[in-house]
Amino acid sequence: MELLNLYQNNYLVVFVFLCLGILLPVVALFFAKLLRPSNPFDEKLTTYESGNEPFHDARVQFNVRYYIFALLFVIFDVETVFLYPWAVAYEKLGIFALIEMSIFVFMLLIGLAYAWKKKVLKWI
Amino acid sequence: MMQDLLHSEPGLLNFGIVFAGAVLLLFVILGFVTYGILAERKVLGFMQSRHGPNQVGGPWGLLQTVADVLKLLLKEDTIPKLADRPIYIIAPVIAFAPSFMVMAVVPLTDKLQFADVGVGLLYYIAVTGLTTIGMLMGGWASNNKFALLGGMRAAAQMISYEIPLVMSVVGIVLLTGSMNLNDIVAAQENLWYIIMQPIAFIVFFIAATAELNRVPFDLAEAENELIAGFHVEYSGFRWAMFMLAEYVYMFAMASLITVLFLGGWLPLFSFLDFIPGAVWFALKFSAVIWVLIWFRATFPRMRPDQLMEMCWKVLLPIAIANIFLTAIVKEILNLF
Repeated sequence: MELLNLYQNNYLVVFVFLCLGILLPVVALFFAKLLRPSNPFDEKLTTYESGNEPFHDARVQFNVRYYIFALLFVIFDVETVFLYPWAVAYEKLGIFALIEMSIFVFMLLIGLAYAWKKKVLKWI
Repeated sequence: MMQDLLHSEPGLLNFGIVFAGAVLLLFVILGFVTYGILAERKVLGFMQSRHGPNQVGGPWGLLQTVADVLKLLLKEDTIPKLADRPIYIIAPVIAFAPSFMVMAVVPLTDKLQFADVGVGLLYYIAVTGLTTIGMLMGGWASNNKFALLGGMRAAAQMISYEIPLVMSVVGIVLLTGSMNLNDIVAAQENLWYIIMQPIAFIVFFIAATAELNRVPFDLAEAENELIAGFHVEYSGFRWAMFMLAEYVYMFAMASLITVLFLGGWLPLFSFLDFIPGAVWFALKFSAVIWVLIWFRATFPRMRPDQLMEMCWKVLLPIAIANIFLTAIVKEILNLF
């Protein structure tokens, strides 16, 4: 019961912080709305492009490298999620877990080396 | 007091007390941001043989940031016609909220702390990741070429540097056997982790600077090529929210570095423990902030390709090697 209380209270605190984190911008922007002038006209609302007349849409096809890095991120992030419980329980697991984990990480490193060789990591 | 509160029955009264405490912390953080910005400008000024702000509020410019905030409050708010309105409006909120949420788990001293989450470290890392979404949304919704490029760069940089950041801390978790930040501080009673894990500290500090989007890694908002990056279309208080998020992260990251590597509120030598923990924490925290400002005055900005390659080809292998080095050393020490 004691532990359940601690658990619930902890996440209650987190929830309070979430509420405040949302409340502050909302309240601040509300007060700013009361104070600030508002005089929009067409020229003011155009997109900023260093003084040029804006042309085309900004949402163009983007370099595919961004998505490849996102994929790499997902792979290695999942790996770290696996590394954390291993690190916490390492004391109890001992040397066998170390060997197992080194085999696992070695396989991932082969993937990284492959990506490296394929010049995926090279940002042009 | 907080410990008793955490162990009692959850209820509305607890909610109220925690809410009041969190509001207080929020104001402390806002105070830090106000004077952190001033300190940054002042220190940068001295490092470049200038005076820095010295007009508003006496020779030290003590009211400069306050005046800046008031000015921002009175600025007109423009939303471009082509922008995606709803996303444009909620992006600053999404960028700011996680920056304050992470402070829930960071213990400032043994008495002054909020949640005591068992997976504190993991929570911190998971929640900081959310800010990237806010930045990307801001960049996308603005429908501006500079903003989209800045948003994309910010996302690529932040997800890349999150990997070495997370990996470098595994060594500490390994030595402590816990992800709870209180346990991590307690484990540094004899020796700080900056001495036991120097490689982890260096990798973590570099990755943290990149996560904070600070010089030399401020490519997402490189002034002279992208104007201001993802927040180029934002004005007035909406823009201030992005800036605020950045500085609140600076507060949170400096606190985290203090807790993880510099022994949190523990004194430098045990005979100095008559000085309260809060003072020790503040000293170490200020040192970290000072180093971050020092970086800004010292290093030139990196190129995007150097930035990404350094993360994947240098920091990541070093961080992984550090994990296994730590595990092996721990095994060897166990033999004796």
